[in-house]
Amino acid sequence: MFSYALSKLALGFLTSLEIFAFTLVFAIPLGLLVAFGSMSKFAPVKYLFRGIIWVIRGTPLMLQILVVCYGPGLIGLPAMRSPMLAVVIAFVINYACYFSEIYRGGIESVSKGQYEAGQVLGMTKNQVFFKIVLLQVIRRIIAPMSNEIITLVKDTSLANTISVVEIVKAARDMASSFGLELLPLLLGAGAFYLLFVGLLTIIFNKLEKKLSYYKV
Amino acid sequence: MAFLEVNNLYKSFGKTSVLKGVSFSLENGEVLSIIGPSGNGKTTLLRCLNYLEYLDSGIVTLNGQVIQNGETIKTMKDDEIRNNRINFGLVFQSFNLFPQYTALENVSLALSLMEKERAKKGLTPLYDKPAEEVARELLEKVGLKEKMQNYPCELSGGQCQRVAIARAMALKPKILCFDEPTSALDPELTGEVLKVIKELKETTKMTMIIVTHEMEFAKNISDKVMFMWDGVVEEFGTPTELFNNPKSENVKTFLQGY
Repeated sequence: MFSYALSKLALGFLTSLEIFAFTLVFAIPLGLLVAFGSMSKFAPVKYLFRGIIWVIRGTPLMLQILVVCYGPGLIGLPAMRSPMLAVVIAFVINYACYFSEIYRGGIESVSKGQYEAGQVLGMTKNQVFFKIVLLQVIRRIIAPMSNEIITLVKDTSLANTISVVEIVKAARDMASSFGLELLPLLLGAGAFYLLFVGLLTIIFNKLEKKLSYYKV
Repeated sequence: MAFLEVNNLYKSFGKTSVLKGVSFSLENGEVLSIIGPSGNGKTTLLRCLNYLEYLDSGIVTLNGQVIQNGETIKTMKDDEIRNNRINFGLVFQSFNLFPQYTALENVSLALSLMEKERAKKGLTPLYDKPAEEVARELLEKVGLKEKMQNYPCELSGGQCQRVAIARAMALKPKILCFDEPTSALDPELTGEVLKVIKELKETTKMTMIIVTHEMEFAKNISDKVMFMWDGVVEEFGTPTELFNNPKSENVKTFLQGY
């Protein structure tokens, strides 16, 4: 029974990791676009993006998942067939907004002199951003990003609200179908999160060390 | 017509006018020092020449070609601005080196990007050797042969400023501008930077415009000295004329402070 439970939990955790990975892959670049939008010199664009960020950060992620899943059907659009897809969409939008604010802080913390130095050397705006600014931004945002990414690991459990069988849902399903105590199963699930976050922490520390070869 | 002709430059920030009709000219290979109290437009003038600020009006010609015109500047394309601005190099007061790159990379980065772009457009390269080698030679010239692989955080202020000078030279500017190059340095470090600028003048005959508060240095190195007051050129002349025999009361008062 124990190994069966363990394999069920592991299977659920794979789904959690899937949500985690898809969210990162799409939200990291999308966040950059949102950050640019919220820093736009064109006021309507700026306020549009700041408005979106406000709504997304101002409402629960669980509600956003429900809206993405059931919203389209309610307004006459084709209903969301796959709950997993709905979860990923909601997560990507939500995390892109959080990431964008971290990026914005990082970008704005790079001094004007760095841009000007690049400009007077005849570099294009893109070159200045990608060759000079971005690396400095990455270094400055590693700590807040690692925080946010660790939160994402645990937020994946919210997917169970629309019956995606991630690890918490897997534990509950087992408890109800075999009449088991729920708490030990959930503690088992907790161990999965804990180990994975431990691994992430090691990776982030390595990354931070690797980038600390220079002082800003 | 002189090598550089600056004609009636105007620039204001909101309601504050900073440049109120600046005009002067400079011959090829001459060194011009700009002196005067802070807040009279010296730095703004340099920033305008380098397109870091956009002129409200006025014309700048180099070698007989208009390279900046206040009337058209706001409608210029980015590429045109880039093409024009690299006629000038700028050394900043606070160095503004790129912290994530070594001294060598700081000097070679923009040049290698530029050479790639020129190759793509079918233009002849600026140098007949790789950017890295150019950077090496420039760093040697400013006395930093031993520090090429060091990051800016590992260098002293004086060394940083020398890297910045090498970096500004890499793109072969026709005129090199210095914005108070020693003001951010500890007093004992200013000497090495001033020495490098002086050597540069002697070995390369580079045309230079230097905003400075180092009067002795300005007196020694300059072919022309310009005193700016309230957004205009109050007095312009040779160092002997300006330092030994100033006409304007403002210049006299200013020089008495040194």
